[in-house]
Amino acid sequence: FAGLADVSIAEDIPVEGEITVPVGSRSPDEDYSTLDEPVRDTIMRDLKAVGKKFVHVMYPKKSSALLRDWDLWGPLVLCVSLALMLQGGSADSKDDGGPQFAEVFVIIWFGAVVITLNSKLLGGTISFFQSLCVLGYCVLPLTVAMLVCRLVLLAGSGTISFIIRLIVVVAMFGWSTLASTAFLADSQPPNRKALVVYPIFLFYFVISWMILTFTPQ
Amino acid sequence: GTAADWGGFEDNMQGGGSAVIDMENMDDTSGSSFEDMGEMHQRMKEEEEDEAAEGEAGAAEEEDGEFLGMKGLRGQLGRQVADQMWQVGKRQASRAFSLYANIDILRPYFDVEPVQVRTRLLESMIPVKMINFPQKIAGELYGPLMLVFTLVAILLHGMKTSDTIIREGTLMGTAIGTCFGYWLGVSSFIYFLAYLCNAQITMVQMLSLLGYGLFGHCITLFVTYNIHFHSLFYIFWLGVGGLSTLRMVAVLVSRTVGHTQRLILCGTLAALHMLFLLYLHFAYHKVVEGILDTLEGPNMPPFQRVARDIPVVSNAVLNTTAKAIALTL
Repeated sequence: FAGLADVSIAEDIPVEGEITVPVGSRSPDEDYSTLDEPVRDTIMRDLKAVGKKFVHVMYPKKSSALLRDWDLWGPLVLCVSLALMLQGGSADSKDDGGPQFAEVFVIIWFGAVVITLNSKLLGGTISFFQSLCVLGYCVLPLTVAMLVCRLVLLAGSGTISFIIRLIVVVAMFGWSTLASTAFLADSQPPNRKALVVYPIFLFYFVISWMILTFTPQ
Repeated sequence: GTAADWGGFEDNMQGGGSAVIDMENMDDTSGSSFEDMGEMHQRMKEEEEDEAAEGEAGAAEEEDGEFLGMKGLRGQLGRQVADQMWQVGKRQASRAFSLYANIDILRPYFDVEPVQVRTRLLESMIPVKMINFPQKIAGELYGPLMLVFTLVAILLHGMKTSDTIIREGTLMGTAIGTCFGYWLGVSSFIYFLAYLCNAQITMVQMLSLLGYGLFGHCITLFVTYNIHFHSLFYIFWLGVGGLSTLRMVAVLVSRTVGHTQRLILCGTLAALHMLFLLYLHFAYHKVVEGILDTLEGPNMPPFQRVARDIPVVSNAVLNTTAKAIALTL
């Protein structure tokens, strides 16, 4: 090893290399400022999130996407469209027997709030808005049923159309209840699932009843 | 406002030259710290570069937006103040929310198992025999609440199938108002009477008792809104309604001392409960329509329309009565 004693780095050879440690995170400003992106990107991102949740409702698997990133856009859109479609169902224009827009709105949101409070009081681990989100999104099958009912009623309003509507509404009601229980019942202690499922059943039953008894003018 | 004050400050500081603080723009609430600010401003003028401003800005924070830390102003101060205001506001809001929206006070009343609910539902139809020994009432609100909502749903169904025309208000509003009004109102009234008659019952227990008593109503209405026989309704009214009323009355009697008190309390409850069932059946069923038409003149024929659920006998009775009235006019 004697030959290595005089190995030294000449001083005029420049030492190169990166001393700075690459910072993993960007500065906080860049993360949060979505103000600079075009409006289309913002809207498309939200629409995609809503659309993904719709797909989750129609095929209820045990995924936590619905719960993790809750949003209330979907429920709002569904509620408004359902309430609009339930308009004009009065037999008499003076004495309105059909549900008004505000009525449907209030029923859906008030009912969802009551169910959420109930599940929280029974010891649920889900948060308030997550539960509202799930219940709102699971109105999707019933909105589809309403659409189908309106189309069937365009064709005629006899016994056959009533039977078709009955079958469709009952099927969608079952689907809604199953979808929402798939998401909500997991957050409850196992022996109290029935206590949480019953109000959900009642809630979707009332909405289904409103859809089934809808008769256009 | 405070924002304008801050803006003035920044201009002063960024100008770098002027040491005059515009006292007129300051909040009155921050009066005590004027001297402090004057001092700090002096110090800042003497020491031009001081990087400790950010640290000082976070200290000693008050809720009325006092000025704090003037050092290191390059738009930092405005942002920090806004941040602090947000934190303060958020803390206040969450404090208020946790105070008023604390649903945990209701939590003990919802602590039930499905088996218990089922047992209590069945027991609500069985009158107790031992009225000399105070009967236990479970102070639970889940069952009664669900029963009230079920009653609302059944009522809606009944109203819709009978084409009830609600002139003031809406269908849903009427159903909810009726059911909740009965549950809460009659519970409070009977609780008040129980207080007068020295009965041993708390408000939650009364709510629970009356709520479970609505189970009989639910069954009766569910059956009779779908099968329209008048006599069937009367049988259910006396049988099912009577059983649930008897149970409630027996429980109350077991908790009250004295004959007069027992009579008052239980008479009132029985009357209200049975009459409510009667009211729910008749008010939301198209029973007799057009009877007023027959009273308009002697030449009017007896009303032909047969209401859906009046049996033939009472129809004939009504016809003859209408005719008699018409003749006397």
